[in-house]
Amino acid sequence: MGNYFSGIFARSPISPLQQHMAKVQACISELEALFESVIEKDFESVEATQQRISALENEADDLKKELRLHLPKGMFLPVARGDILNVLTMQDRIANRSKDIAGIVTGRKMVLPEPMAESFLKLVSRSVDASAQAQVAINELDELVETGFRGGEVTLVEKMLIKLDEIESDTDTLQRETRAILFELEPSLPPVEVMFLYQLIHWAGDLADLAQRVGSRLQLMLAR
Amino acid sequence: MDYANTYMILVVVFGLFMAWGIGANDVANAMGTSVGSRALTLKQAVVVAAVFEFMGAYLAGGEVTKTIRKGIIDANLLSTMPNGADILIFGMLAALLAAAIWLLVASYFGWPVSTTHSIVGAIVGFAAVGIGVEAVKWSKVGSIVMSWFGAPMLAALISFIIFRSVQKLILDTDRPFENAKRYVPIYIFLAGFVISLVTLFKGLKHVGLNFSASINVQLAILVGLLIMMVGIYFIRKIKVDEAANKDFHYANVEKVFAVLMVVTASAMAFAHGSNDVANAVGPIAAVVSVVSNGGAIAAKSVMPSWILLLGGIGIVLGLLTYGARVMATIGQKITELTPSRGFAAELSAASTVVIASGTGLPVSTTQTLVGAVLGVGFARGIAALDMRVIRTIFMSWVVTLPAGALLAILFFFTLKGIFL
Repeated sequence: MGNYFSGIFARSPISPLQQHMAKVQACISELEALFESVIEKDFESVEATQQRISALENEADDLKKELRLHLPKGMFLPVARGDILNVLTMQDRIANRSKDIAGIVTGRKMVLPEPMAESFLKLVSRSVDASAQAQVAINELDELVETGFRGGEVTLVEKMLIKLDEIESDTDTLQRETRAILFELEPSLPPVEVMFLYQLIHWAGDLADLAQRVGSRLQLMLAR
Repeated sequence: MDYANTYMILVVVFGLFMAWGIGANDVANAMGTSVGSRALTLKQAVVVAAVFEFMGAYLAGGEVTKTIRKGIIDANLLSTMPNGADILIFGMLAALLAAAIWLLVASYFGWPVSTTHSIVGAIVGFAAVGIGVEAVKWSKVGSIVMSWFGAPMLAALISFIIFRSVQKLILDTDRPFENAKRYVPIYIFLAGFVISLVTLFKGLKHVGLNFSASINVQLAILVGLLIMMVGIYFIRKIKVDEAANKDFHYANVEKVFAVLMVVTASAMAFAHGSNDVANAVGPIAAVVSVVSNGGAIAAKSVMPSWILLLGGIGIVLGLLTYGARVMATIGQKITELTPSRGFAAELSAASTVVIASGTGLPVSTTQTLVGAVLGVGFARGIAALDMRVIRTIFMSWVVTLPAGALLAILFFFTLKGIFL
């Protein structure tokens, strides 16, 4: 015998969204280990890390599909359904981009020129910070639902998002610095390698941009 | 009145069957939210439901019973027609049987069903077809139907206001736990006050108590204060769990609301008993009135209070034999509703239903509660509501009315064929 009354309470998308972000964070965090191995020229470890990143990205993909399936039209949510799906897409793109980076590094057996290694590692770790900060904000979503997206909780999350913007702006600076170093090195490196190094810097900065976009979608939820 | 005893036995059996069905199905809807939000354990919920359903039925069920018994059918028309008394009895028996069977069938398939809608549909159906369209008091039926729209909307409005006040006073402040301890007792008072006020004004006559209006208000304030004091005692006993707060900052705040939810759950059970008992005992009252007047349809007759007692017992029996199981299922499925929302929905639904009970309007408790839940949702308080299910619940009476009516017409002519 089914009961219809309990059916009015649908599964909340909040906790699945947070689980997805946790998976994404696990995925992007591996990049730091990846590039440390690259600097040590430990290609076995690079490949192993790439495998882990790929597996985590797959798991995040599964969570994404699962969440989308459970969020059909006709749900009455405290936030716009589109905003939730947008946040999800942005989160997912962080994992995708991490996978791209790991893929190209492994596939091309890339090495980081010694002079730019430190700066580049900083950039990557700052991008991971940005994503971590986005996760902190996403983890406040259940509290936001509890307070009905009003009051002190909103201020708290807004502060978190301001910090996320600051981190993202750090990565812009780090990106410029790393590019400047690479520019100096250009004559001494094979041109194709240089192209891909620029690409890598671009993608590493992209991660923070995506994290910031998760934040700005969250901002939209607060504003409604 | 050759078969007076047979009629009496039949109507009591059918009525008990209906009351059992209400207890088995409906009560779980009213109480499931409390179990789901962990404010009450299943056992506690069953005890609370049993006690307050019974009290609601017995103390405040009279007005709606009167409506079902003689508000829908024009008794004057019946008393002038040949075999009028028998026809009324067959009709009421048929209506009871139709509503009870429809309730059983629908719950078996898990369809949303409202006992109120099925009994009203059944009575209107047999009266319009079995007696004549003019036998139905359409203006009264009209106001009943209006209340089916009005009650969920009013409940939504009240729960929206209650929940917004909770946000303003407690949740959206810097010190939600302290503010919860300060303001929750006021909500407890409010719940106790509203329920006891309606009971005092409408319910206690047949128990032999009849006070003046100002004494009623004073008594209701007193009852509210008493319940509030008990609530404060339990709120003081709450132990703050710092570890739980790390994971979810409002874990301890919700504990304060859980105390409040025990009160509103009781109010909900009381309200449900006061409104829905009539669906089972209204027809009994009608038959008893005719039989005890020796076959005459008396315009004015006092309803014996044992009938309400019988309905209360039937509901509690249904709850104990079957309803507890349904409650457990519902409780397991409703996990997203925290006490701060559950109470707002329950307090609003209970107040709306009790006011309807006081004015003699039979409303659907479940639909009123759904309206109240929606109200909290409008205040952005609930993570996800399935509008498709909600739409089905609100649309269900479009099916329930004709189903109840058709079954009642069928049974009416069968009974008429057997006895007349």
